[in-house]
Amino acid sequence: MSVTNETSLVERLAARFGDMLVVNVERNEVTAEVAPRDLISVATALRDEAGFRFTTVIDVCGIDYLGYGQTEWDTDTAQGESFSRGVEGQAVGRFTWDERPRAVELPRRYAAVIHLLSIELNQRIRLRAFCEDDAFPVVPSITPVWPGADWFEREAFDLFGIIFDGHPDLRRILTDYGFVGHPFRKDFPLIGNVEVRYDPEQKRVVYEPVSIEPRVLVPRTIRNDADLDQARAESADHWREN
Amino acid sequence: MEEIRNYTMNFGPQHPAAHGVLRLVLEMDGETIVRADPHIGLLHRGTEKLAESKPFNQSIGYMDRLDYVSMMCNEHAYVRAIEGLLGIEAPVRAQYIRTMFDEITRILNHLMWVGSNALDLGAMAVFLYAFREREELMDVYEAVSGARMHATYYRPGGVYRDLPEQMSKYRESPWHKGSDLKRLNAWREGSMLDYLTEFTNDFPARVDEYESLLTNNRIWKQRTVGIGVIPPEKAQAWGMTGAMLRGSGIAWDLRKKQPYASYAEMDFDIPVGVNGDCYDRYLVRVEEMRQSNRIIKQCVAWLKANPGPVMTQNYKVSPPSREEMKSDMEALIHHFKLFTEGYGVPAGETYAAVEAPKGEFGCYLVSDGANKPFRVHLRAPGFAHLSSMDAIVRGHMLADVVAMIGTYDLVFGEVDR
Repeated sequence: MSVTNETSLVERLAARFGDMLVVNVERNEVTAEVAPRDLISVATALRDEAGFRFTTVIDVCGIDYLGYGQTEWDTDTAQGESFSRGVEGQAVGRFTWDERPRAVELPRRYAAVIHLLSIELNQRIRLRAFCEDDAFPVVPSITPVWPGADWFEREAFDLFGIIFDGHPDLRRILTDYGFVGHPFRKDFPLIGNVEVRYDPEQKRVVYEPVSIEPRVLVPRTIRNDADLDQARAESADHWREN
Repeated sequence: MEEIRNYTMNFGPQHPAAHGVLRLVLEMDGETIVRADPHIGLLHRGTEKLAESKPFNQSIGYMDRLDYVSMMCNEHAYVRAIEGLLGIEAPVRAQYIRTMFDEITRILNHLMWVGSNALDLGAMAVFLYAFREREELMDVYEAVSGARMHATYYRPGGVYRDLPEQMSKYRESPWHKGSDLKRLNAWREGSMLDYLTEFTNDFPARVDEYESLLTNNRIWKQRTVGIGVIPPEKAQAWGMTGAMLRGSGIAWDLRKKQPYASYAEMDFDIPVGVNGDCYDRYLVRVEEMRQSNRIIKQCVAWLKANPGPVMTQNYKVSPPSREEMKSDMEALIHHFKLFTEGYGVPAGETYAAVEAPKGEFGCYLVSDGANKPFRVHLRAPGFAHLSSMDAIVRGHMLADVVAMIGTYDLVFGEVDR
């Protein structure tokens, strides 16, 4: 315990891993970005070494950064078109990674995010590993380090198509048997690609392409104004007065 | 010819002991489990993807439907994540209301658990007793939100509205009349908090009733003692939290270790098990009901003495009052914008966790500054617990699998999301 009383987790991470991790602290949450090739060695050290002792894996999930920071249509000025925007607008899912608008520059499309917890030292850390190839995303599996990551990785594989190299049993987990595609990718439509119905002639359930168009009802809007900060300051004043 | 001994058995997805839609493919050697392969996802609704397509506030109702026996705890994790990114905090009274309802929810969940688990293992009566008290608490849910289960009561920045001044009463009907009606309305003369006072005074005796049916019951002990033993190291490696971890002797509870809402002001104890078997986890959960009752009592006393706002005054997040809307054009526009477009949440990412009845329920939220979340990932305790099924039940008997499903406290709304 003496190690942890003297230094913060960030300092210990910097001292132990140096350039291997890019550490960032926001709202007292520690995020460390790690290259996939270092993931296993970093994970093993975080689990075993004094000062870290992250014995519990809380969560592993995938993220698809396609469309990050992208609005669905312009809402700052009056527009001539109306509902057609919801069907034809440049919504997330209607452009591929290569066609993406460059509102926010992100180096890679897919990432695996791992949340760890140390019960002994009561500390948390978030690891993020960007997959190097956007067409075939691969990160090493941390299942050998924490067996509890097993299903979380299967879920990320199922929903995002991220391959966890070294996983003992990388099967789909949440989607249907025989499902095609990775539904949580941003270019997978919310309403899906197929619909099912009972065909009375063939006397069985048949799959068909969806018959309805994907539609955005409420557009994504990003308002880069100071309203929120102002409101926050006002509410702080309000509490002081009362 | 070599004799074939192992055979595969399909358990569920429509099995009364599967607690929903769990399908287990069991490889058996006689009556012994050689390998268990749970198939999940039959209740997958894509909650996280749906949340990405809607303004933040419109997904609160989805959270109730994840773990549908601990509704408000799920909402709590989600609104806490949003509050974290917005940098706002709920007023103190709202924090106490949330604490109280989290504990009501914990009792609701544990009652469901003790009832259905006992039913799985052959004790019918407990289920009937447990549902009697569940009904009383669901009336509290209904009084405050209008819905018995899917409340959608928490909001980023507070709760939807203050507690009702008057607890709803039964009306006279052909089914409720005379002394029966009088008994039903006995607690309901005052406010909701008065009703809860009566409930908390009464509840410990009810827990004694469940215990008298189970704790020293010979059959119950035969089915649970020494079954599904999880050593503390194994529990940690498999990402177990909540009663699964505490049953193995680790005193880990987010309400104590990383306090949120007003848990820091509460006086309560964390029960831990010794052997890490199904029986210890049963004892832990029963004791948790008693401790939750203590917390509710403290919250009721505080809430009676301290009126105040229950929603933040930050009008970027909270709607204007109905009165204002009727007379002020700006307020009407504001209301319209807030309920159509919603509010933007500053870019960033956060992980907010609460000690849900089943374990750590977490919400990992990524925002890019828009009015809809960019990515929501819900960390369901049941998902992590069920993943250890194969490692735990190997070598157990088939009947113990049912005990194990029970002790995991599975609800497929959260496992499949």
